[in-house]
Amino acid sequence: MEEAATLDHSVDTYEPSLTPDSLGKLGMWLFLISDTMSFGALLAVYGAIRAAAAWVPPTAMFDINLTAFMTFLLICSSVTMVKALESIQNGNQSRMCMFLGFTILGGVIFLGLQAYEWTHLIKHGLTLTGLPEHGLDGAAISGSTLFGPTFYTITGFHGAHVTGGVIYLTCILIKGLRGNYTAEYNHKVEILGLYWHFVDLIWIMVFTFVYLL
Amino acid sequence: MEQAHKEHPKYFKIFWILLALTVAEVVVVVLPIPKIVTALLLIGMACSKAIYVALYFMHLKFEQKTLTVIVLTPFIICVFLVFMLLPDLMAEARDDRPGKPESHAVDTSH
Repeated sequence: MEEAATLDHSVDTYEPSLTPDSLGKLGMWLFLISDTMSFGALLAVYGAIRAAAAWVPPTAMFDINLTAFMTFLLICSSVTMVKALESIQNGNQSRMCMFLGFTILGGVIFLGLQAYEWTHLIKHGLTLTGLPEHGLDGAAISGSTLFGPTFYTITGFHGAHVTGGVIYLTCILIKGLRGNYTAEYNHKVEILGLYWHFVDLIWIMVFTFVYLL
Repeated sequence: MEQAHKEHPKYFKIFWILLALTVAEVVVVVLPIPKIVTALLLIGMACSKAIYVALYFMHLKFEQKTLTVIVLTPFIICVFLVFMLLPDLMAEARDDRPGKPESHAVDTSH
């Protein structure tokens, strides 16, 4: 209705319809959409490679309990992220900073566990070119050597996103500690939330397709 | 609209749903059921979890419906991508049929 009225008046100056808030949010959504394509391509090609080769069952190679705990961690950090946004929208700055801190902690522990998992697997013999002769439980395994590179590429790409997310979170936390965000001005926290939840969403997919299936 | 946004959904309810689905996923893997059933259950549960995260944590449920349509496009394109890769897969499967050792051609080519 309002838009139609504006058109009728034939204004001589062009007024952009995207406000700074909605522009930032749209920008993040666009980035996430294109990122979905990168992960979608990685997972689709992973599926194609896997279907065409003799593949070691992932459960023989990975500690599923550990990765299930990592999934749990990311879900928790998503909840604390959304709580941080809720706090600042209610005008509570210190509560927002506390919840952002918890979110960072979740991300850092996740990265630590991933580093631990990778170190363990590399020591065990799973590398970019090699496949160990025995699984984690000691049973003999054989299959495509593409197991290693696909695993490290997909989880590494996701881990890079988590690392970026932790840096992003830290930047917003520092600004939050300086009191930059209020009940009226908090769309940057919401945009950060979009990114962080997306990283969680991608991990849900990676956990299912790379570790469980 | 700004006022409506302040009403936050019950996030802990979503948290428990996500946690329950994660536990169910781990349990399904060790259950003695046919592999295809396991796979379908896992994919179903993963998609439900992803939808919960997008709808409630990313607030897609409370945005304009157009945004949901925009966000769904890459997922549809990803489904196309899988189908575009299918002919390759079927070619591999045909090559494999006479002698199994040939299937390793794919590994060494890397």
